[in-house]
Order: sequence, then C-alpha cells, then structure tokens
Amino acid sequence: MNTFTVAWKEIKGYFSTPAAYIVGAMFLSLTGIFFVFDVTSPFAEASVRGIVNWASFFIVFLAPLLTMRLLAEEQKLGTLELLMTAPVRDWEVVLGKYIASLIMFSATIILTLYYVLLLYVFGQPDTGPVLSSYLGLMLHGAAALAVGLLGSSLSANQIVAAVVGIAVLLMLSFVDRVGSLVSGVAADVLNGLSLNAHVTDFTRGVIDTANVVYFLSITAVFLFLTIRSMETRRWR
Amino acid sequence: MIEVNGVSKMFGAFPAISDISFRVEPGEILGFLGPNGAGKSTTMKIITGFMPPTDGNVTIAGYDIVTDSLEARKHIGYLPETVPLYTDMTIKDYLEYMGRLRGMSRDYINQRISEVIDICNLGDYYSTIISKLSKGFRQRVGIAQAILHEPDVLVLDEPTIGIDPIQVVETRQLIKNLGGEHTLIVSTHILPEVSQICERVIIIHEGQIIAEDTPENLAQRLVGSERVDLDVKGPQQDVLVALGQVEGVREAVRLEGQPGSVPRYRVQSELGIEIRAELASTVINSGWGLLRLDGVIMSLEEIFLRLTTEDELIQQVDPTQEDASAE
Repeated sequence: MNTFTVAWKEIKGYFSTPAAYIVGAMFLSLTGIFFVFDVTSPFAEASVRGIVNWASFFIVFLAPLLTMRLLAEEQKLGTLELLMTAPVRDWEVVLGKYIASLIMFSATIILTLYYVLLLYVFGQPDTGPVLSSYLGLMLHGAAALAVGLLGSSLSANQIVAAVVGIAVLLMLSFVDRVGSLVSGVAADVLNGLSLNAHVTDFTRGVIDTANVVYFLSITAVFLFLTIRSMETRRWR
Repeated sequence: MIEVNGVSKMFGAFPAISDISFRVEPGEILGFLGPNGAGKSTTMKIITGFMPPTDGNVTIAGYDIVTDSLEARKHIGYLPETVPLYTDMTIKDYLEYMGRLRGMSRDYINQRISEVIDICNLGDYYSTIISKLSKGFRQRVGIAQAILHEPDVLVLDEPTIGIDPIQVVETRQLIKNLGGEHTLIVSTHILPEVSQICERVIIIHEGQIIAEDTPENLAQRLVGSERVDLDVKGPQQDVLVALGQVEGVREAVRLEGQPGSVPRYRVQSELGIEIRAELASTVINSGWGLLRLDGVIMSLEEIFLRLTTEDELIQQVDPTQEDASAE
C-alpha cells in the first residue's frame, strides 16, 4: 500500500516535470536515428535486432537519468528524514520508487513500438524474435534501473547519482570484453556478469532461462543494496 | 508518553550526546534548550527514529523506537530543522501525500487537511506550489504536516528559526495552542521562546543535560546568588562600605546611573540567604534615605549563559552533575 503511494507520487512527479520528457525524447531520437540507418542500409533485413542492440546500449544512460532524482532529491530536500520517520518501511520506499521508474521506462519503450509497426507495414519481420527482443529489453531495463537507483541512494547530488549509475552500468556491460582476454574460470565469471552477453540471445529469438534469471538477479541484488544503502543513511 | 533512557550517540569517536535521560508526560510541553551544536537535533532525530542511538533506548507511547519502530512512528509528528518539503508540489498535494503515507483514509485526510489549514492559517495558499512560498509559510506547512495525523507526540526542531518577528510570535502562539492535545518537545536556542511556550525546560550542553526544571524554578534556583538593587541617598563611600559589611553579602557595587540621579547600588549575596531586611535596616539605621529596594531575579537568559559558560555554577545548580562530568 505504502509502496503504491510512493510509486504514484513519483509517477505524477515524472509527468509533471520536464526532465523525464527530455530524457525520453533524447532516447527516442537517438534510437530513431539508428533505426533509420539500419533500415536504409544495403541488404537491410526486416528485424528489430539492430534497433534493440542500440536501445540496449542507450539504456546505460537512460536508466540512471530516469532514476537519479528519486532518492538523491529526498536527501537534498531533507524529506528523507520525513519518509524515514513516517510509519513506512525502507523497502516500501525503495520499491515504490523503483516501480515508478519502471513504469516511466516502459512508457518510453512502448513508444519505440512505432519502429516495429513500420517494419510490419513495409516488410514481414519474424514475430518471435521481435517479442523476445522486447522481453530482453524490458529485463535489461529493469536491471539497469535498479543499478541507477542504487546510485541515487548514494548521493544527495543528482549528477553524481547519474554518473555513478552510468559508470557501474558501463562496467557491467563491457566486462565480457575483458573476459575475452583471459581464459578459464575467470573468463566464465566475467562473461557471466556481463549485461551485453546476456542481451544477444534475446535478439536472436532465444529465451534462455539463464538469461532471464541473470537479469532478475541483477535487479534483486541492486534493489537489495539500495535498501541497505538507505538503512546505513540512518547510521551516518 | 516519551521516555528517554540513558541515550548516547557517537559519531565515530565523537560523542554527540551522552547518557541523556528524561520523560515527558502526556500533554506537557517540554523545551529543549541549548546552544548550536549542543546535541538538540541529534536527540530529536533519535526520538523520532531517524537515527538509532548508540546506547540506551527511547519509548514513545510504550513502543520502543528501534525494536517497535513502525508502531512508535505512528504516534509521532515531526518537524525537522530543515523543513522537509517537496517544493514542486502544492500544499494540498503535499499534505495528501503525507496523510497517505501515514495510512489515513481519504475522508479523514480531507477532513484533517481543512482543519490544519485553518489552524496554520494557510487558507489562501491551499493550491500554491510550495517553492513559491516564503520561509514563514513553509514553516507553517511543516507544522501542518506534523499535526496532520493528530499524533500523540509532536517533535519540533527549531520551529521558529529563520522567520520574521511577526511570524515568530504567531508560530509560538500556534505551538502553545498545540499543547494539551499533544505532547510536545520543542527545541530552540532562543531563550525567551522557552519561557513563553514551555512548561518545563531541559538545558543541554555538549551532549549532556545540565539542568531540568520549569522556567520559573530554574530562575529561582539561581537566585542562590541573589542580587538586590537599592537606591540610597547618602555618602557614596560610606554606603558602599556599610552595605559590604552586611552579613552574607559578597560584593556591593555602585551602578552607573544618570548623572544627578540618586545613586544605585547592586548587592550580590551568598546562596540562599535573605538579606533584604538586613540591608534595609542598615541603610535606615545609618540615617540615609532608602528610596528603592528590589530583589532581581535573573532572567532565564542569564541562567543559560551561566549554565553553559561557567562550570562552577553548573555544579552549584545541580551537584549530581559534578560526578557525571568527572567521569
């Protein structure tokens, strides 16, 4: 109940301030540009693979920009003190904010369906990979938002919060590059951690339980860390 | 209603407050007085459950603030030192959100919003965005938020800081009216505020309670070093000597007065000795004219200055503190 109270307030906040619109518009114009490059290239295929790959990359920036305000602003305004002395549990606050960001993220992703619509109008894309790609995109976004939210809990400054989130996401995205330089268990671990390595299967139309579990685990771990981070605020 | 038992808080190796204990009875208004950095805000943050104490415990209406935190928090309305406002919301939206978070029903929220808006005089600004309000109005919104859910306990941290004098008077009156229905703790570093609002005062200094009493009693306890002012018509040197010889007098001085007026003397006596009758008969028996004599009770302001600047006097006020500070 409290979770939804918090979520509802944040959703209203997203829609009543320009920041989220600007971030969303940026995301859509960037993915739009790459969609145009994709479909106008020679031998272009009627698939969402290219656009989803780019969207996955831009999520690294989109997610922290959507979440940066959520907890950082509470600390800056001092309203965190109010939230934490109201009869509300820390996890209810964190989860409520997370749900709000997830809804905002979904709204942005739903707008990219316009590209898919164009593909169906002018070509015959394979529906399976389209659906799996979007599932992958949502899972990837869910994990990235949790990382961003942790960043927001760490600082009262929104810019710092966003930069921390982006830095962590960039590292998580590209550890598989490091993984390709080493071998054995180290390579397995690094590949296993990589966000990018788990996205590719979805774009090929494969829904592997391991990948789903991976994204859900990343989401759970970072939400848990965010809750702990809020709790330690009390001790400082 | 509020019980604080041996609460200490360490920030690293630095003790922000150490071994603080007090009780607040239902309906009482307790003033929490101390200079900046004395540990007032830290104590309030612990009472409201924002921070856990390093040591000791706090119970609100019988619920422990750490182990039974949610239950205890339901009984508290809190105005932190920096008024916590979502500046992009209207007063109405803000109060609604706070009510929702405290689990109030929609009808109850609407009813209470119109009540607190009346109490806090916010009627004209009902749907104004908070960022457009002046400091004084923001403070009132902060108070409105704190009393919205009719909490048993109200904790107000420096409620009159940074607002203009007329609003200060209004705010104090507002707080005073809240007593009775609520149990209040009001922190402040402004002395007149305490004697105006509070029934009982705790003075805190360097993280320790150094005095606890009603404002009047606190003033009287220091009348130990009582002062008497007299206007005496007579030869100044002789008067001074004679006054100085009265039993129990520590010191007699001539006060700077208007030129040509009757000289005024101030006599400081030992603790707790009544010397006014003796002073009067001394003057009269010497054949001088006694035009005025009055005992001066120290204002709380002076007590406060003494309490927080002179160790010697602290010990006179409360001998038990001697042991505490020696530890």
